[in-house]
Amino acid sequence: MNPVATPFFFYVLAAVMIIGGILVITRKNAVHSALALITTLLAQAAIYLMLYAPFVAGVQIILYAGGIMVLFLFVIMLINMERNLKERQFNKQWLVGGVAALALGGLFISVYLKTTKGVMLFPEGRMTYGESQNTQAVAALLFDRTSGTYMFAFEIASLLLLVAIIGAVVMAKKRI
Amino acid sequence: MHDSLMHTSVMTWMMNGPLNNFVEYVESYLKSNQTPGAAGNIFWAAVYILVVFGGLSVVVIAMNWLERKILAHMQVRLGPMRVGPHGLLQPIADAIKLLLKEDIMPAEADALVFWAAPLIVVLAAFTVFVVVPFGPTHAITDMNIGILFMLGVSSLSVLGVVMAGWASNSHYPLIGALRSSAQMVSYEVAMGLAVVSVILMTSLNATGVGTLSMIGIVQAQQAQGTWFIFKFFPLGLIGFFIFAVSMVAETNRAPFDLPEAESELTAGFHTEYSGFRWSLFFLAEYSAMIAVSSIAVTLWLGGWLRPFPNLLNGSTWDLAFGLIPGLTFLFFAAICFFNTARMPKHPLFRVQTIGLAGFGVVLAVIGLVMFIPGVRDRVGDIFWFSAKVAGFMYLYIWYRGTFPRYRFDQLMKVGWKILLPMGIGLLILTATAGILEEPIKEWLHRL
Repeated sequence: MNPVATPFFFYVLAAVMIIGGILVITRKNAVHSALALITTLLAQAAIYLMLYAPFVAGVQIILYAGGIMVLFLFVIMLINMERNLKERQFNKQWLVGGVAALALGGLFISVYLKTTKGVMLFPEGRMTYGESQNTQAVAALLFDRTSGTYMFAFEIASLLLLVAIIGAVVMAKKRI
Repeated sequence: MHDSLMHTSVMTWMMNGPLNNFVEYVESYLKSNQTPGAAGNIFWAAVYILVVFGGLSVVVIAMNWLERKILAHMQVRLGPMRVGPHGLLQPIADAIKLLLKEDIMPAEADALVFWAAPLIVVLAAFTVFVVVPFGPTHAITDMNIGILFMLGVSSLSVLGVVMAGWASNSHYPLIGALRSSAQMVSYEVAMGLAVVSVILMTSLNATGVGTLSMIGIVQAQQAQGTWFIFKFFPLGLIGFFIFAVSMVAETNRAPFDLPEAESELTAGFHTEYSGFRWSLFFLAEYSAMIAVSSIAVTLWLGGWLRPFPNLLNGSTWDLAFGLIPGLTFLFFAAICFFNTARMPKHPLFRVQTIGLAGFGVVLAVIGLVMFIPGVRDRVGDIFWFSAKVAGFMYLYIWYRGTFPRYRFDQLMKVGWKILLPMGIGLLILTATAGILEEPIKEWLHRL
């Protein structure tokens, strides 16, 4: 089968992500912003899929698009929209914002110029794992006794989440 | 496994002698042992997509009639009787009514979101069928992340429901959408834990490597010689129970149909929808029911495997079970003929009588075709899968006829305080059982 990870798909998905990201910050209506964010996250899942990481793409859809964003929408729907629509959207920080954006853009461009000399940027010919072993490969990276390098980081992240859950329960509940 | 003929592109057979090669092409398909997606064959994948989409629509129409009939008989009524014999044409009449109805959009609605919501719900409900394994080769494609794909895409339908409720800009839909998002997110957690316990079962055995692929899960059950509902008794059964409860809540069906509780919220999130858009919600609800039922069948009830593969094995039993699909269709045909004979002998009923007899003839022909050995081997797995899913569809109707609706706090309590702890405990116990299985067997062997 021909690889699907062609530059064309990358540019289409990247364009969807960028347009979605711009819509998130420019829409006055918070629900529209949230929907634009969902579009961005789904395009990101598609990019993971393009990079031959179907497991990460699936988890992205379940957690972000299906779980977290639904909770976002849940909260937004309870906000009084009438007042929200009249508020001014941006603070006058365009100078600081512009400098920060330029610095970040410069960083990206310099990394791009430095690392891609004579190297193909798109993973067209660089399939690391076959589609059929991707999930197993992720598990091996995390949990394998010999090759598992990210076990500690993974467990630390889960501890962080646990602390956050306990914090949320303590804050939400008046009497424990 | 590699079937070279499956790879022949449509272009090649177009070029040298279309008819002859077409027959060869179809034959190559019949002999292939891959799904069209795995073989990378766009032509057969398109055919499969059309067949699944069309079949699903027909099943939804049939479900509409069956639900009204079965509920009516449970409540000692007759149900639809006027349009066609025994109301058989009622769903078609309803569909025509829905398509011709004026499509109303509230003046204060958010037009774009209101327009997109039913589309998202329908897309999410239909896309999951890409990985549903009707048989070892009868799936549009097999993904390595099959079950994750199904859960992820079906969870996107919540977005459509929330969007519909919010965009209607009205009180009842908004409350319906709030209820629905809370309910679907809560029950997804318990559902996920039950699914993970099954994924553990696929790996905890010397015969198999763990897998998330839908076809792989059924093949693991085949290799281990047991359906996962009976594995580590009663752990598999508990997992199935958790899933069976949360799948009803996920699809917003009675007794968990609070998002569209008609006595409190008119129709919940789709109160403001009418005509064609409403029918899209209807279509999505029923195809989502079929989708979660097929997850349950694949994970716990052995997918396309026939019942009693161990107890009643051997070629005689294989043949006997192979005849059941054809016999089922002949049985339905016999019912049709019986009722044709019972139709009132009045000139006004002539068209209906002929129609019913014709329907019976069609069913009988399908039944007879299913006795041809080649066809019999090919459709057996589709039949068993569909029969199991049909059992779940009947359960859905039965629930609706039996249980009163829960209160919302009761619903949340069941989800978070009963099913979730059960799911976590189940996960731990399954993992323990899987690790201890081999040592205990060895120990028993030494005794």
